[in-house]
Amino acid sequence: MSTNGMESWALDLKDVGAIYPFQGSEVVMVIIGLVFWIGWHVLQTRHESAEIEADMAADRTGEETRKAIDRH
Amino acid sequence: MEGNLNALTTIFTEFYYWVTIVMMFLIHVGFCMYEVGVSRRRNHLKTLMKNAMAIPLVTITFYFFGWWIYFGFPNGPGITGGLVTAPFAEPWNPLMGTHLSGVNPGETGVTPTDAALWHRLNGVFWGAFLLFSITTASIISGSIIERVRSGAFWIVAVLVGSVLWILDASWGWHPQGWMVKLWGYHDAYASGVVHAIAGGAALAFLIVLGPRIGKFRADGTARDIPPHNVWLVTIGLFLIFTGFWGFYAACNIPLISPATIAGQITGETWTATNIYLAPTTLSAITFNFLMSLSGGMLAGYIVSKGDPFWTFSMGLCGVISTSAGNDLYHPIQALLIGAIVPTICYKLHYFVERRFKIDDAVGAVAVHGYGGFLGVVVAGFMLWGQPSSPYEGFAHINPLGNFAGAVLMFVLGFAPTFVVCKILNSMNLLRVPAKVELEGVDFALNHAFEASVREVGAAEKAMIK
Repeated sequence: MSTNGMESWALDLKDVGAIYPFQGSEVVMVIIGLVFWIGWHVLQTRHESAEIEADMAADRTGEETRKAIDRH
Repeated sequence: MEGNLNALTTIFTEFYYWVTIVMMFLIHVGFCMYEVGVSRRRNHLKTLMKNAMAIPLVTITFYFFGWWIYFGFPNGPGITGGLVTAPFAEPWNPLMGTHLSGVNPGETGVTPTDAALWHRLNGVFWGAFLLFSITTASIISGSIIERVRSGAFWIVAVLVGSVLWILDASWGWHPQGWMVKLWGYHDAYASGVVHAIAGGAALAFLIVLGPRIGKFRADGTARDIPPHNVWLVTIGLFLIFTGFWGFYAACNIPLISPATIAGQITGETWTATNIYLAPTTLSAITFNFLMSLSGGMLAGYIVSKGDPFWTFSMGLCGVISTSAGNDLYHPIQALLIGAIVPTICYKLHYFVERRFKIDDAVGAVAVHGYGGFLGVVVAGFMLWGQPSSPYEGFAHINPLGNFAGAVLMFVLGFAPTFVVCKILNSMNLLRVPAKVELEGVDFALNHAFEASVREVGAAEKAMIK
């Protein structure tokens, strides 16, 4: 038994198609991949909003901002 | 023997595209250096990551749907035919993975013909097109630095990189694309399909986003915001030039027989072709790439009075402005077009900045948008009457077809990006607040960095005896 159905290379390569593991689950893998992609954007947006909120509360005197501007 | 020749051709083609992918990665190294060099110190890290993260995001979405769009939409659909089936480009197809050319028992969606052709070429073709996709998205990135929310850019990067550009490529940069068939559209090295569409998208983004704080004086005139490191900017552009060799080579098919083209070419002479399967050579594009680059740099040096940023940028614009026809131009034609068009683009950049208060931090709209647009238009005149394709019944290259094509490319980038940016803006997801822009978008990261430096420094000093 193997995860791609192959247990030996003693064969003619023209008869071999896909060799990745768990063939037949491609649609499920695509769905998982799409969820990963959309989920990433959701998480990233939340993180960015939280960071901006923290930045808004920081440097009340503007001193650090002035220094940063001077550094160009 | 014939079988071995076919195998050698396939493996050579596979290796050829693989090399172009590696070379094109340099474009993105260059883009990152260039953008970071232009940005001010308080914005470096976010600027770097904004550009860099377009690579994985466009990669995964180009896998999920971009590649399929290219093969599915050459007819419009609804203009010269319907949706074209392309099972080998569907993300769930076994040919979108490690495959050895046969068909396993129970393997669905793979025909022996598709397997024989695509088992070695699918990944490298996909990769080469993907690098065009990432380039198209990255072009926008530099123009919007220092005030954009990275998340907004990444959404637009997916839109432009994995949907819009590949749709226009399917229409105008495909051997059977409807723009090629009906309009005689010719854009061999992507002046329009990559650069004009990216420039159009960047312009739309900039209009909705607005300028950086301090860019314009109270009387409306523009201030210069100098790059913090001109050296880094120019090295970045040098790397983009280097990567463009891969870009150009990837626009060709390296070796193909007339029988495989199955068009009107007679005889048995094998050839390289452009994307339309019309014959060309690597020598032709080497002549013209270098001459157009030279034209742009020479003109840029004079027009900008030796400014490094614009001299290098106009060199790139020289290449972009001749790319539509660089398979067919004479090198001196490429030199002259590559000098004249960037000069117009340089003037346009400052005119648009002054007149419409557009703050394009890197001149991307000018270099890519106007340069690409004008490059397609010029090719329509220069190549007027020449065949656009080796197939019978296709319109010949003509000024009207290329002009309409250039407009379509620019608008296809502009309109959807404008709508998406408006939506993001209405949700407060497009631009950072003014306070954060002044602090610098790296404020939190810099704070964490400085706190770590202080803490570890204090711990180390405590160990000194």
